[in-house]
Amino acid sequence: MLRDFRSYGALTVAFTAPIVVVSGENGVGKTNLLEAISLLGPGRGLRGARAAEFGRRLPEGPLPWAVAGRFENGDWPAFDLGTGTPEGGAPERRVFRLDGAPVRSQAELAERVATLWLTPQMDRLFQDGAGDRRRFLDRLVWALEPHHAREVAAYENAMAQRNRLLAAERREGKVADPAWLSALEDAMARHGVAAAAARRGLVGRLNATLAGGITGAFPAARLDLQCGTAAALDSQPALAVEDELRAAWAANRRRDAAAGATLEGPHRADLLFTHVPKGLPAGLCSTGEQKALLVAVVLAHAGLIAASRGFAPLLLLDEVAAHLDAPRREALFAALAALPAQSFLTGTDAAIFQPLRGVAEGFLARPGELVPDSDLPVPGAG
Amino acid sequence: MSDWPGDPIEQLVGLLARLPGLGRRSARRAALKMLMQPDRVMLPLAAALQAAAAAVQPCRICGNLDTRNPCGICRDPQRDRGLICVVEGVAELWALERAHAHRGLYHVLGGTLSALGGVGPEDLAVQPLLARIAGAGEAERVEEVILALPATVDGATTAHYLSDRLVGSGVRVTRLAQGVPMGGALDVLDEGTLAAALKARRDL
Repeated sequence: MLRDFRSYGALTVAFTAPIVVVSGENGVGKTNLLEAISLLGPGRGLRGARAAEFGRRLPEGPLPWAVAGRFENGDWPAFDLGTGTPEGGAPERRVFRLDGAPVRSQAELAERVATLWLTPQMDRLFQDGAGDRRRFLDRLVWALEPHHAREVAAYENAMAQRNRLLAAERREGKVADPAWLSALEDAMARHGVAAAAARRGLVGRLNATLAGGITGAFPAARLDLQCGTAAALDSQPALAVEDELRAAWAANRRRDAAAGATLEGPHRADLLFTHVPKGLPAGLCSTGEQKALLVAVVLAHAGLIAASRGFAPLLLLDEVAAHLDAPRREALFAALAALPAQSFLTGTDAAIFQPLRGVAEGFLARPGELVPDSDLPVPGAG
Repeated sequence: MSDWPGDPIEQLVGLLARLPGLGRRSARRAALKMLMQPDRVMLPLAAALQAAAAAVQPCRICGNLDTRNPCGICRDPQRDRGLICVVEGVAELWALERAHAHRGLYHVLGGTLSALGGVGPEDLAVQPLLARIAGAGEAERVEEVILALPATVDGATTAHYLSDRLVGSGVRVTRLAQGVPMGGALDVLDEGTLAAALKARRDL
């Protein structure tokens, strides 16, 4: 159920099949619909937007908005989850309600709902810097380990303070208090090693899931975490790695002050993707193959979430099918059908989803509404 | 109600709304309550505010707020003078006092280290703490410093900094335990707190 959300005035629709297809022209609100679904999980949704941006816009300003859903999941009791900005409340303050009661924390939400997505904006991941791939990985870790975000934030906070002290030293020639620097380096070591260990753990589990064949005939990917701290954890206990980091940062204060940045540490980590059937790194793959790499990782992630949380995540694939050739598309459809998740696919061309007849239910998106697609009826409903 | 500047009602509401826990709406309610009963509520409050402002000052030893200087805690002969609990502010000192769990003295730092917030060691009562420990006579020797600082990055950094500065002073440095709250169920705890509690487990 959507109310005054982006391009939608009011919309109520039931998605009963494990795969839902939404097709329609550009600009009719397909991505807005996926974004609305993404907001039912923890976080800021697939565009990373602020709450004040979601309200339908009238000339006099944005309206209060709401997104709500009833979740039915096999033997689990059904529950209602809603989010939005309350009538008369501040437009930037979003609230959640679970079965009518206020939700106190994102962690409470994470126990019920997981949303993951692939959008056309993420295609740039292979051209952009390591920071974007690191954040991509951190979001994947965070979906499984909610406290990971806090470790990363604490590490970055302590590092920003260290950089500030070293910058003041360079600018004003005043020697920074060594006890203060070592206190900050201690915080960096503790939080940085925890973050690196969580990233390393997830990459290992994703690779194991991918090697286990979760993508079926769809090309699999292999991930490689490029991080000295994570690599050190292969051969040493975490406390020893913390000690090494403390010693390295203490020894390199002059160098880091001159560079104006901390040059070593888990914040420099990068995530490399390899196309398994071809044995090629992502940088040498075609754009279609790069898309396939991302799809494979997201499929594996959905499998991990389903296994560890015990419920099916919502997988939102925006404009994904159009980038793939027919054999790969069909391999993807087969992998999705086997996945313990409810998947939502969008595309401009309804015809490419025809192989999903009998498996998926289809909708045609029109401005502000969804119409059932008679070519993709609800499976099993006649 | 008039809106012109200098209006005493608006000025009162504005001043009340600056207090912690009071928004403009509750400040307005408090102001109205006082204005309805000036003799019973408002004037006694004004007198109490004036008296407190004149009489209360920070303790020159520990930084606590009291009408006496040194404060009542520092003067109390029953208190263990070998035990100093370092807190971020007076609010934390008062919270610990309410718990009746600390039988020693206190030291108010006046904040935590924050390079981004522009708070350095010289902005905190670090030097007075070191001087207090070094200057204590034989009868009042400090045996232990308890760091009761918040479990945040800045709190942990400040604790680490202080323990570093206290190396060689001969005092034992401890910090508060972190973990399962009293009466708390385990399944609602976040993973970070659970991990800290496991790490700090002890023999029964």
